[in-house]
Amino acid sequence: MTTTETTATGKAVEVLRIDGLTLDLPAEHGAHRILHGIDLALRPGRIHGLAGESGSGKTMTGLAVLGLLPDGARTGGRIRLDGTDLLTLPPRQLGALRGRAVSMVFQDPSTSLHPMLSIGHQLTDHLRHHRKLDRKAARARAVELLGQVRIPNPAAALRSYPHQFSGGMRQRIAIAIALACDPQVLIADEPTTALDVTVQAGVLRLLRRLCDELGLAVLLITHDLGVMSALADSVSVMRRGRVVETGPRGQVLTAPRHEYTRTLLDALPGRNTP
Amino acid sequence: MTSQSRPPLLGVDGLVVQYRRPGAAPTRAVGGVSLEVRSGEVVGLVGESGCGKSTLARAVCGLTPAEEGRITFDGTPVRPLNVRRRDPALTAVQMVFQDPYGSLNPRRRVGAQIVDGIRAAAGRGETDGPRTPEEYLSRVGLPESDAQRYPHEFSGGQRQRIAIARALAARPRLLVGDEPISALDASAQLHVATLMRSLALESGAGLLFISHDLSVVRHIADRIAVMYLGRIVETGPAAELWDSPRHPYTQALLASIPQPDGAGVLPAELPGDVPDPSAPPSGCHFHPRCPHAFDGCDREEPRLTSGGVACHLHPAA
Repeated sequence: MTTTETTATGKAVEVLRIDGLTLDLPAEHGAHRILHGIDLALRPGRIHGLAGESGSGKTMTGLAVLGLLPDGARTGGRIRLDGTDLLTLPPRQLGALRGRAVSMVFQDPSTSLHPMLSIGHQLTDHLRHHRKLDRKAARARAVELLGQVRIPNPAAALRSYPHQFSGGMRQRIAIAIALACDPQVLIADEPTTALDVTVQAGVLRLLRRLCDELGLAVLLITHDLGVMSALADSVSVMRRGRVVETGPRGQVLTAPRHEYTRTLLDALPGRNTP
Repeated sequence: MTSQSRPPLLGVDGLVVQYRRPGAAPTRAVGGVSLEVRSGEVVGLVGESGCGKSTLARAVCGLTPAEEGRITFDGTPVRPLNVRRRDPALTAVQMVFQDPYGSLNPRRRVGAQIVDGIRAAAGRGETDGPRTPEEYLSRVGLPESDAQRYPHEFSGGQRQRIAIARALAARPRLLVGDEPISALDASAQLHVATLMRSLALESGAGLLFISHDLSVVRHIADRIAVMYLGRIVETGPAAELWDSPRHPYTQALLASIPQPDGAGVLPAELPGDVPDPSAPPSGCHFHPRCPHAFDGCDREEPRLTSGGVACHLHPAA
């Protein structure tokens, strides 16, 4: 079931395509199926949203793309990045892609950054590993990245530690780290859930700008339909390990075809107020 | 409508709460707040993290001592908790905390924890309500057999219901919810919030509902108070404040909420960060981030007018 969307821009080719992704996790008796055949496609410069309640398999789908699944996980189907199937890739080659071609921003910036390492250390480590940059070049790139995510005074920030920044600033730093190696695909798992609304607005604007400027293909995982509406170009709604509805943002959020999407929208405050 | 002549159920007048640290100036978490909650009224308190919402809630329950100002519950002053036994009259103030994983005792059965509340009410001589934990569980929509189970057997939403049942069992006349829904799944949030409202109102109690989620507060509160850096900057009837906010901070707060309308509009950004509460800006605390700040905002602190707004753009009439 392939949706052949005709896009106006010629460069809207799929960078990442997930076909029939299944996931089984070991349980007490045999295996427990978490994902029942997920189909998704990500295009450069586009943000695709993945909505659903906790436990619906949103995060597992994101982790599957990065090959960061729990021990004993068995997968089926295909995840193709520019034609290469990530699921069958040997661990070494996948490791080389992870953080370089595909990277991730997590929910809580206070736990995803290392508290004892300076920002500079965390930003350059990974540049030196993947890009083989020398100390000076990595530093220059780090300053450029921090500027890109609007951290005031980047040079001083490199010498600082995560606890010296507010939650919003930390999430910006986490985004800078994810962008360090010019990934094609960015997976953002609840990137603003831990933030206040006023701070959230800034991070949402940043993600949109980076996506447009760098031509990133973004998979935005969030349960917040407001965030979804502000940022996503297209939306998939997940429930119990299945995608129940996929479509353009406006259609999914205003004229949902699936009963479950309607239930989610009805659960929002203000929907039933007179 | 409640009559204006009766004294409010909860009266907070010029409350100041400070936290002391060795080797540093005290941090003013709450800097002169006045607030009222009447019986049968739901007051929503909103603001960003670090603005002093939770400190205010704790002070109202007597968990944090006040530096200055008065807190009265039903006409009697609320004394902070100390080595002496808590004033039994204060068990009529009950709190529901943010994290239902931390607020329930993991080693006691749910029923026994609800009985604690029933005993507290009996200690005040209130024995006319339901007598068994099962009745309270069914009021929050849980099966009666759950009384025999332990907290770990429940999901976050169910645990928060148990915490609410325990608070209700003490027959509160004032229920204080400190971010009671932020640890819950999005689909459970509105449900638990509406449940708190209806249960509080059913028993004629007042509800002080603290949350950073404005859309939920808008949905359940009669009156909203907006806090910024230890002060209340605007207060008013929920619908009025939501539809025509006057304080620039309230305006920015409301504009930053993304709307699930499918239109793809990015929310407006409020530049800057919340300042360090231990070194707040002079004058109006909001002036460094305020788009309408003018000469004088950095010098003089605006007072909360009778119209319910603390801003130099809206001077008292």
